[in-house]
Amino acid sequence: MASDMHAHGDLHAHSLENDAHVHHGHDDHDHEHHETFISKYVFSMDHKTISRQFLVTAVIMAVIAMIMSIVFRLQLAWPGEKFAFINAVMGDKWGADGVLDPNAYMALVTIHGTIMVFMVLTGGLSGTFSNLLIPYQIGARDMASGFMNMLSYWFFFLSSLTMVISLFVEDGAASGGWTVYPPLSALEKAMPGSGLGMTLWLVSMSFFIISSLLGGLNYIITVLNMRTKGMKMTRLPLTIWAFFVTAILGVLSFPVLFSCALLLIFDRSFGTSFYLSDIYIGGEALSQSGGSPILFEHLFWFLGHPEVYIIILPALGLTSEIISVNARKPIFGYRAMVTSILAIGFLSFIVWGHHMYLTGMNPFLGSVFVFTTLLIAIPSAVKAFNYITTLWKGNIQFTPAMLFAIALVSTFITGGVTGIILADSALDINVHDTYFVVAHFHIVMGVSAILGMLAGVYHWFPKMFLRHMNKNLGYLHFWLTFISAYGVFFPMHFIGLAGVPRRYYHNMEFPMFDHLQDINVLITCFAILGACAQVIFLFNFFYSMFRGPKSTQNPWGSNTLEWTTPMKHTHGNWPGALPEVHRWPYDYSKPGEEKDFIPQTVPLREGEEDGGSHH
Amino acid sequence: MKFIIYAILILAAAAIWQLIRVVELAAKLKGVDPNRVTERDNRMNGRFFFIFMIVMWITSLWQLWAYSDDLLPEAASAHGVEIDWLMNFNMLIIWTVYLLTNTVLFVMAWKYYGRDGQRATFYPHNNKLEMLWTGVPAIVLFIIIFFGIRLWNSTLAPADKSVRLVEIYARQFDWFARYSGGDNQLGKSNYKLIMGVNELGLDSSDIASKDDVILPKSDTIFLPVNEEVNFRLRSQDVIHSAYFPHFRAQMNVVPGMETFFHFKPTITTDSMRTITGNPEFDYVLLCNKICGASHYNMQMKIVVGTKAEYEAFIARKVKFLPDAAAEVKPAAPAKVDSMPKADSGVKADSVIN
Repeated sequence: MASDMHAHGDLHAHSLENDAHVHHGHDDHDHEHHETFISKYVFSMDHKTISRQFLVTAVIMAVIAMIMSIVFRLQLAWPGEKFAFINAVMGDKWGADGVLDPNAYMALVTIHGTIMVFMVLTGGLSGTFSNLLIPYQIGARDMASGFMNMLSYWFFFLSSLTMVISLFVEDGAASGGWTVYPPLSALEKAMPGSGLGMTLWLVSMSFFIISSLLGGLNYIITVLNMRTKGMKMTRLPLTIWAFFVTAILGVLSFPVLFSCALLLIFDRSFGTSFYLSDIYIGGEALSQSGGSPILFEHLFWFLGHPEVYIIILPALGLTSEIISVNARKPIFGYRAMVTSILAIGFLSFIVWGHHMYLTGMNPFLGSVFVFTTLLIAIPSAVKAFNYITTLWKGNIQFTPAMLFAIALVSTFITGGVTGIILADSALDINVHDTYFVVAHFHIVMGVSAILGMLAGVYHWFPKMFLRHMNKNLGYLHFWLTFISAYGVFFPMHFIGLAGVPRRYYHNMEFPMFDHLQDINVLITCFAILGACAQVIFLFNFFYSMFRGPKSTQNPWGSNTLEWTTPMKHTHGNWPGALPEVHRWPYDYSKPGEEKDFIPQTVPLREGEEDGGSHH
Repeated sequence: MKFIIYAILILAAAAIWQLIRVVELAAKLKGVDPNRVTERDNRMNGRFFFIFMIVMWITSLWQLWAYSDDLLPEAASAHGVEIDWLMNFNMLIIWTVYLLTNTVLFVMAWKYYGRDGQRATFYPHNNKLEMLWTGVPAIVLFIIIFFGIRLWNSTLAPADKSVRLVEIYARQFDWFARYSGGDNQLGKSNYKLIMGVNELGLDSSDIASKDDVILPKSDTIFLPVNEEVNFRLRSQDVIHSAYFPHFRAQMNVVPGMETFFHFKPTITTDSMRTITGNPEFDYVLLCNKICGASHYNMQMKIVVGTKAEYEAFIARKVKFLPDAAAEVKPAAPAKVDSMPKADSGVKADSVIN
């Protein structure tokens, strides 16, 4: 198909970057000859390999976190019931006779959240797709620093490994919720999981932060400095815009989480009182005085809120690309989309207080956060409407990736609107920390980001593994996943509106919640269905990796540069010169053209306007 | 039994896989790439989206109808009525947006599925449209923000000094309540004084604490109807959250600081039993911030009754330091003087609210 990229190799394009790459390429050249298994597949500095390493690690972590969710969903639907499955997963200590231990329940919800938020949807999503697509789509031979990139993965690996190890310590893993608010997380006497389990959690997060910073700095520098000739910022695919802003958010906010964790480590181990004051626990009055747990919350959510955009923006970026390619239409309102990403990125830093309306903060401060938080709905709405308009009068090709991308738009809307309730501090009073919140954030960022990630996997699988995933299994996987996602999280809103708090081991202590048990059963059934659907995906993923039919060079008829690389993975991505870019990436179905796509490497005709910089 | 289940699962998986293989082989026989998306696939998935949309309408509206009886009964506090009104107002908006935009999305997916030989319309942008869907949400949001902030400020405004002050004291996994007595002042306390029966660490040297009435853990809080009550919240160990779902009230309870929430109960427990048709209905206070293994069972019953019932209730309770000196001994430790000086009373005013 679109293999006309060779025709456009403009050899005199010796820009500064290209020169740098010639040298870089030379180093690699030596290296390539002595490539061993270790340097090629383990300590690889190649962005494509690192991307696949991130993806496979994230898939494994996602499976662990998903199994956890099934265990605690069984407990919530049929509390006290004996399940061989629970005993098999949790062992005799935490799941004696197949009944889940209350402390283990707390550990499960904590680690499920931590793994999903950090390992799967931050490390897994950005790590996989920023690594894969940034060099490919901007026309670079690799990341700015391959070595830092390699470190980024291996710190991520260490972080994931530490988190998994923490599940096996004697007193259990961290159990204070994924937000690990002190004093609960700071004092071993407060709960068993706050001992060694919590220490390992903090170690794991420290590794994660290092990984995230190494990766993020690399992404930013690569996007700014290593775009190929003609790849102006206004010609970047929206994927790259999303990854770029995401990386900036991460670099600005993760260090704050690090300081937050560091102070917690001090409080836990060195007797300081940053977060502790006036505490009497375990029959003893602690000497710590003058600290405030609220300080922790401020530091945590200063990362925590940008974090949810660190999760969702890459998913939206992938969706933008996939929807445009498969609708065979330019993305509607490219500039508005870029502006929205930037606006969301900026606003994400001034809304963290909406997690803390009920901490006793001054009501005036609360009002300010209501205002800033609700403002974020505007750029989000623009994005949603632009996606819908991109579909209008399209020629939609329902690849599995496209199905997931459209589903993301749906869940992004459905989860987004309930955010309006939670952002409204007066209404938050009664739904704060209830299942309404759980439903909201799972739909708007959990499900949406997972759908975006799966869309990305189906779409770029041919680029990553040079093979296709099975289409029909993809369809089956999609419909089961989409149906069960709504089946799990839509009814959950009602449980929240009925006042059920989150993180309850069961609700039977309160007669007022008795009649809600049917809803919990329904939710768990859909959760099991959804988990089964992921088995289909796992099979398809790993089977196709080795046995799937070989892909063609540009299977979806895309304009972006990654589809101009040859059908094998080589150092430097392009043999010979780097491609030169002449147009924006969204010239799909342009009138007067023979094909319904024009790769970015095709020069503009005389008098033709570049779609990205319109007048 | 287990074996049978596993066998069924494996056979089902194998059957699905074989079915897919058959489809693939059939496609191969026809000389088509089985993984290429065909017009038939497009039509099918487009229709699935349409069906999904219909099912989504029906099931979500059905849930709205079926579960509406399972939600909280009407608000039992003055500000709660306003919160419910605002909630319904916002719900109306978000249900409309949810149904409309999802409908438009799925109709697009259904209507514009890819047909062979068809070409999409090149339509990169339209400033007017984009202004429209920047402007309309902005206007709607400003209305929401206006009503929200107004209600927030009136609900959270500091209570008048004359409002009855009641302390809620939390520890893993109990609630305590302390009434401030006739002087409407809570005596000082200090966590270093917690010892034996002095579970709240009260300072018996503070004159204000003498008429304080402490309810033992898990006792019932009694509130007179139609009288504002100002809760002062303190925690002994970790962060808890005092959640009164029926009164639409909640505030975190944070060790080392005091937080406040005040509201006016408007419906007595008896009336609420009639309203809900449940003779066993009770108001509860529950913990809504993860606080440890028994977080799920940290509760206290609340009863709202008439003023007379309230007076009778409080008269039955023992004051912290009754005037009769003989009764002091069991309640207050004798060595009070040697204990560290209470300081939390000083802090109270400096804390927000």
